[in-house]
Amino acid sequence: MLRNLMEQLRDGSAEEYLSRLYERIEKSRLNGFTTLAEESALEEARRFDKSPGQGLLSGLPIAIKECISTKGVETNCSSNILRGYIPPYDAHVIERLKAEGAIIMGKTNMDEFAMGTSTETSCFGPTRNPWDLDTVPGGSSGGSAAVVAGGEAPCSLGSDTGGSVRCPASFCGIVGLKPTYGLISRYGLVAYANSLEQIGPLTHTVEDTALLLEVISGHDKRDSTSAPRPAQSYLVGLDDGVVGMRIGIPREYFGEGVAPAVEKAVWEGIHTLEALGASWQEVSLPHTRYALAAYYVVAMSEASSNLARFDGLRYGLREGEDKDWHTTFSAIRAKGFGPEVKRRVMLGTYALSAGYYGRYYLKALKVRTLIKEDFLRAFKEVDILASPTMPIPAFKIGERINDPLSLYMADVFTVPINLAGVPAISLPCGFDRHLPVGLQIIGPHFGEEAVLKAAQAFESATPFHEAKPEVV
Amino acid sequence: MITREDVEHIGWLASIEIDDREKDELVEHFNSILDYFHQLDEVDTEGVEPTYRVVDLANVFRDDAASPSLSIEQALKNAPRRENGYFKSPRIV
Repeated sequence: MLRNLMEQLRDGSAEEYLSRLYERIEKSRLNGFTTLAEESALEEARRFDKSPGQGLLSGLPIAIKECISTKGVETNCSSNILRGYIPPYDAHVIERLKAEGAIIMGKTNMDEFAMGTSTETSCFGPTRNPWDLDTVPGGSSGGSAAVVAGGEAPCSLGSDTGGSVRCPASFCGIVGLKPTYGLISRYGLVAYANSLEQIGPLTHTVEDTALLLEVISGHDKRDSTSAPRPAQSYLVGLDDGVVGMRIGIPREYFGEGVAPAVEKAVWEGIHTLEALGASWQEVSLPHTRYALAAYYVVAMSEASSNLARFDGLRYGLREGEDKDWHTTFSAIRAKGFGPEVKRRVMLGTYALSAGYYGRYYLKALKVRTLIKEDFLRAFKEVDILASPTMPIPAFKIGERINDPLSLYMADVFTVPINLAGVPAISLPCGFDRHLPVGLQIIGPHFGEEAVLKAAQAFESATPFHEAKPEVV
Repeated sequence: MITREDVEHIGWLASIEIDDREKDELVEHFNSILDYFHQLDEVDTEGVEPTYRVVDLANVFRDDAASPSLSIEQALKNAPRRENGYFKSPRIV
């Protein structure tokens, strides 16, 4: 789809196309965009119309999640504490997009500092799901998913710490990939839990995701966890099909807590892959039930350390007269952080504090080892794993926000993937009533090729990626 | 059990001022979330090494060579308070 679009832009006008998108955004009720870079984007489009260039993404508009640094365009992580912050540099992924000729449209709404599953904790208010304006788009990259599903941007980038690309992709009926930890540089991504997160694309089709992945992946010495691997094409071999591929069905990812319509759609998806030549077998990931607790302990602990930098000194909120350091700092953070960020930073602080470090943080890291080993064991028997992305379809705005634990529970099938560092994609595989359902395909470390190939085979055989919501 | 005093102490450690209304809510939320975390106690982790990082990269070094970086002006641009080319901090002692 993106390749067709880029061809059309070459024959027609990128400026016209982009102007139409901005008109649509202007009238939108989704609240998906936060900051628009309209002026610079239109200027880029005019430049493209005069001289299209040879980049892999020449002329292609793209929306970027609020927590990915964009030089000269406000990057505030949907938090009051960072309102007005204008990065003096681009994230690695933005440099790569620009080098290939993509046009940055603006920034998209997210849960504050990526802490959430619904995009309701944003200081800009919730984003709405284009399939049903009363429901959440998922989170934390809810803006990035809603603007693509709602036709306001052809593609976007999000970030995934515990499901934050895959959850909104699932809830909004589009494709979203969380790559292997280390495949994409995190340079310029505002850190929430740095041992877990990766940037990932959100698109309408698997091919589009492969194309964006090809552009944004690759080694970067500014991120010491960036894998020193040669650049790779993810488009080559994409259509090779799944004949002979072995799919594992983790039994812990089905049954209790999974909506029947979700389970049915996912099983139909597995049978589709079987009809295309793959085989499936049940496998076990026995520590799955402990993943959620381990994830939240690790994520909150890392968050408490990462978010210590927000003190109003170098950037962000600073009000009133300065008192002593601690009082000034504590007042700024009380005012600038929303309730969920406070909760996670404080619980993380507690988990790392003297006397509790062993019980919570160290224990969670050991359980993390067991969860990672579950995956390594499974991938000795099978090539990929298939499961629901989310146990439920999108829920109503306001339904869960006052009960943090019930929100955390929704992440049960996405967080184990981040703990293990393996790649996983969510792609549309059906509906629960009028709301999209996502199929999650998981691969071994750096097994993006197999994941994308299976996803592509599924997509080619099914109509779900073509379904469009009726929005304004 | 987390008490109001614990929440005050954690707030102090995390450098976040907590008002009275927030305290009651935090006590409730912290207790239910920590209660959930306690299921980790069931897992036998005897002899299991912790996983800090999932990729096998250790001691990633690069040459100790200067390269272009932000100018003072760029670095200070977002600072709410500055003086004579420095960030201006509150009093420390």
